[in-house]
Amino acid sequence: MEINEKLQEKKHHEFLTENTDFEVRSLDAVCFNESELKHPWWYNLKYAAAGILFGIILVKAEVISWFRIQEMFRLQSFHMFGVIGSAVTVGIISVWLIKKFKIKTIYNEPIEFVSKKFNKGNIYGGLIFGFGWAITGACPGPLFAQIGTGATVIVVTLLSAIVGTWVYGYFREKLPH
Amino acid sequence: MLEFLKQPWPWYVAGPLIGLMVPALLLIGNKSFGISSSLRHICAACLPANISFFKYNWKKEVWNLFFVLGILIGGFVAIQLLSTGDPIQVNSKLQTELASYGITNYNAFVPEDLFTWPSLLSVRGFVMTVAGGFLVGFGTRYAGGCTSGHAIMGLSNLQWPSLVATISFMTGGFIVANIVLPFILKL
Repeated sequence: MEINEKLQEKKHHEFLTENTDFEVRSLDAVCFNESELKHPWWYNLKYAAAGILFGIILVKAEVISWFRIQEMFRLQSFHMFGVIGSAVTVGIISVWLIKKFKIKTIYNEPIEFVSKKFNKGNIYGGLIFGFGWAITGACPGPLFAQIGTGATVIVVTLLSAIVGTWVYGYFREKLPH
Repeated sequence: MLEFLKQPWPWYVAGPLIGLMVPALLLIGNKSFGISSSLRHICAACLPANISFFKYNWKKEVWNLFFVLGILIGGFVAIQLLSTGDPIQVNSKLQTELASYGITNYNAFVPEDLFTWPSLLSVRGFVMTVAGGFLVGFGTRYAGGCTSGHAIMGLSNLQWPSLVATISFMTGGFIVANIVLPFILKL
């Protein structure tokens, strides 16, 4: 029984280390004797709370608006560039401070960063996402927020995005990376 | 205070708050800010279909699903409690251009002249809702992240592949918004 489990864990590890999908950091970073604390499910509610705050910010900044995205891509307004630019600036300073002072999580674990390796998907996939972004006026985060604001038809856009993700997974080996 | 919160927030308030999501998620549980991976976890949970890309223990990433559910609730809270209900103010050039395609309703963030249930039956509505969504899901996963994972988290950690991805997002968007979208809007 235990041997079987170890084998499965090994397979999981092999899959994850071959994983070129760099956004899923915790998937890449998993290792055999991971120190990840085991928490009951309701610990995840803090991420829901963070999501609620983020959703409110997205709405109040109007970044979930199809119109604001059109303005951005037509260079008719500074708003979106200001939002993204200042967000990245604050993010860079925060990450630098965390690294510099070796700040730990609230559970006193060291904070991990994983480097992203370049692959051609960053370009091809990036362009394809850009095409979709200009049409729907939404990246994945705003899709969820838009549904929350009452635009229920965006459920269809979200389902279609899930299908797109699935189709990518299906053809992944055949696509240039 | 509430009156102030109900106004649209300027970029120099909203942008830094979005940037603070990066350290917030790192501090409360060592999580990298990123949203499009939630779509992958949904595939892994609902229809892995023996595809190696979806065969992993998605339950370890369930925090991400809580996070996106929170975003949905946040959207509801903001529109119900923190909104003036005024129409969105856009550049007059854009207004003129959109009027020529019959888009004149600025009451909602998601234009009601484009994205409604009945509009799904029109060619324009179907292309924008269904094909657009497909491109977002396919493209973000192919790129390994979206605006949050690459443009914000990746750039915050000074990852140059994320800069390449961000430039690609913008290039793709510029091309479609200026060259292709006018044809779609005429449908």
